[in-house]
This record gives sequence, structure tokens and C-alpha cells, in this order.
Amino acid sequence: MSKVIKILGTGCPKCQSMTGVVQEVVTANKIDASIEKVEDIVEIMKFNVMSTPALVIDDVITVKGRIPSKDEVLKLLS
Amino acid sequence: MFDWIQHFADWLVYEVFALGKGQHLSEALNFFIYDTIKILLLLLTIIFLMGVVNSYFPIDRVKNYLSRNKLYGLEYLMASLFGVVTPFCSCSSVPLFIGFVSGGIPLGVTFAFLITSPLVNEVAIGLFVGLFGIKTTLIYVISGILLGTIAGSILQKLRLERHLTPWVLEILANAQRDQDIFQAEKQSFRQRLPVIWREASNILKGIIPYVIIGIAIGGLMHGYIPEGFFEQYMAKDNLFAVPMATILAVPMYSNASGILPVAQVLVAKGIPLGTAIAFMMGVVGLSLPEAMLLKKVMTLKLIAIFFGVVTLCIIISGYVFNLIL
Repeated sequence: MSKVIKILGTGCPKCQSMTGVVQEVVTANKIDASIEKVEDIVEIMKFNVMSTPALVIDDVITVKGRIPSKDEVLKLLS
Repeated sequence: MFDWIQHFADWLVYEVFALGKGQHLSEALNFFIYDTIKILLLLLTIIFLMGVVNSYFPIDRVKNYLSRNKLYGLEYLMASLFGVVTPFCSCSSVPLFIGFVSGGIPLGVTFAFLITSPLVNEVAIGLFVGLFGIKTTLIYVISGILLGTIAGSILQKLRLERHLTPWVLEILANAQRDQDIFQAEKQSFRQRLPVIWREASNILKGIIPYVIIGIAIGGLMHGYIPEGFFEQYMAKDNLFAVPMATILAVPMYSNASGILPVAQVLVAKGIPLGTAIAFMMGVVGLSLPEAMLLKKVMTLKLIAIFFGVVTLCIIISGYVFNLIL
């Protein structure tokens, strides 16, 4: 089943580097997933997070306020 | 504690580079080497320690504490204190603001947090200890906390809720008091350590260029400008010095880490400490980029009131410092 990954962030450098990490993990491990960047603050607030960037996998918030390592992302995705 | 760094700087400048003592160039270079090593070490230590605190006490827990507990007027002080231990990236200020307010935390208490958090953060503390010593750092930290507390209470009294942007008001109208219980991530210290370390080194990497440029300028000024030089322009009895310094400082931000080393030299060369602290609070606490971000949640009028009240409090504390120090 394809996973839906959402990255919540208003476009700050940290959010961009999180997108980079996630993208790399997905491509390197050929994971079946779609990555969507959520930059609209109104949309972000629906997830009730207070610190960005946040990583949402299949509508579950997994990481917030920091950039995860590649290993961590891989673990979260498998 | 830092003797060995001074010995190293002396050895490098006087022995290795074979520059004579007392010359402008050698004194500037010596100052630069000593300060750079000392400040980078202190910054790394303090950023790391704050990272540890933050890992165990994340922002969600702060919010839950503030919205759950009746604090009988102490909530402004508590929000300020939390602001110190919770470093937050300015790009998070909007979600944080909404999270707080929709969690039932009064606007003034939210402001108290928003004011103190950038003012007294790990980078500012690290630089302060390195440049001005423990005593001045304590004064700065305590006044930063008081400033957040007082400005937060004033802003609450002004009843500013109606000046929030419409979509925020809508969220507030639909918000229910948060009942979700905060689940702390259950991780051992050893699991947390690599993450904390990576965060700390990332923060340090981001500010290193500014710090080094700041210390380099400070070093040049230290070597070439005579003692008491600025006194003729910015003496203690010049009533306009504090407001001027503060207003000049408010729009600046990105070079906060570069400005503190310069400010330290200004103080050494005769600018009153209160004026310098007001200037630094203006630089660290308020900035144009922050105002731009807050525009999403506040009307211009509210931003103006917010900045106005905080600027006024900074100016007053500058005067108070000049009187007592």
C-alpha cells in the first residue's frame, strides 16, 4: 500500500532539509510513497503541531520540531 | 578557567608569529584568537545543555502546563521562564502562537513567552557569558524574564484579542480546551544524545560565520580604538542614548551573534552597560523578519502595539541599568 507522507513547514531552511532527507530515503529504498509539502499555515494548524518542521505519515504525526536522521525516517516508513 | 586559552593565544601571537607585545596588530590578533576559542567553546556547551533540557521538556508540555494549571497571576512569569528553556526557531512562531492561544492560554501569557524566548536563548546566553562574564549574564537573563512578564501583563490588560487576523479568530471560536494528554517520547538518554548533539552542532554551524566576523571587528576595535573613546559621544548623562540605541536595534536581527562581540568592545571603550544591554535586547528580542511572520496571525495594529510595548520596556530597563550599574 502506498504511503502518504506530508511535510509540514512554512518554508524555513529546516523544513527544506527535512524534505531532502525524506526524499532521499524514499528514493534510495524504493519506497512506495507520495511526498507532499504542506506550506499553508491554516493547513498546518489542522494537525495541531506547534513546532515545524513536522513529518506526517499516513495522517500520524511522527516527528516534530527537528530534522530526523535517514535511519529514523527509514524505520518510520517500514 | 580560561587561562589556558589566554596562554595559547599569547604563545601563538608572541612566539609563533613573533609579533611584539603592545602593538596594535598583535593585541587585536591576540584578542581575536582568545575570544573566538572561548566563545565557541561556551556556545557549544550551552547550546548542548539547553538541547538536553528541551529534549525532556518540549513545547507541547509547556503548553499543556500553562493551559491546565491555575497559576494566580504567576502564569506570566512561568511563561517567561519556559521561554528561557524552550528555544524555538522563529519560523515556528506562528504555529506556536496559534497552538498556545487555541489551547486556552491568554494572549498576554502567550506574548510573555514570545518575548522572552528569543530574548534569552541559548546563543545569547553563551555569547553573554563569554563576553561579559557571569554577573552581567545573570542581570541580562533576569531582566529578560522580567521584561517578558511585565510586557505580557500589560498586553493582556489592553484586551487585544479583536486585533487578531480573521482566520485566527475563527480557529479560536471553534477551539476547545485541549484535553489531549501529552505523551512524552519514551527514549533513553543514549537514544536522545545523537539527536541533541546533531541539533546543537547545526545551530553552532549556522552562527559561526557571524560570531567570527563579529569578534574580528571587535578585535580590530579593541586594538585600534583608545579607551574611553565613545564616552564623548554616548555618555551616561546623554538622555537620548538609550532610546536611540534601542530603536536602531529593533529592525536588526540576522547578525545578532555578530553584534554582541562588537557591543562588548563598545562597553570596554566607555559606552554605558545599560545602553549596550538595551541595544542588544532590541537586536535579539525584536526584528523585522519576526514582524513579517507575525503578520499572518496579527493585524498591523496589533504588531505595532506589541513592538511598541516591548520597545518601551527595553528602553526603561536600559535607563534602570544605567542608574544602578
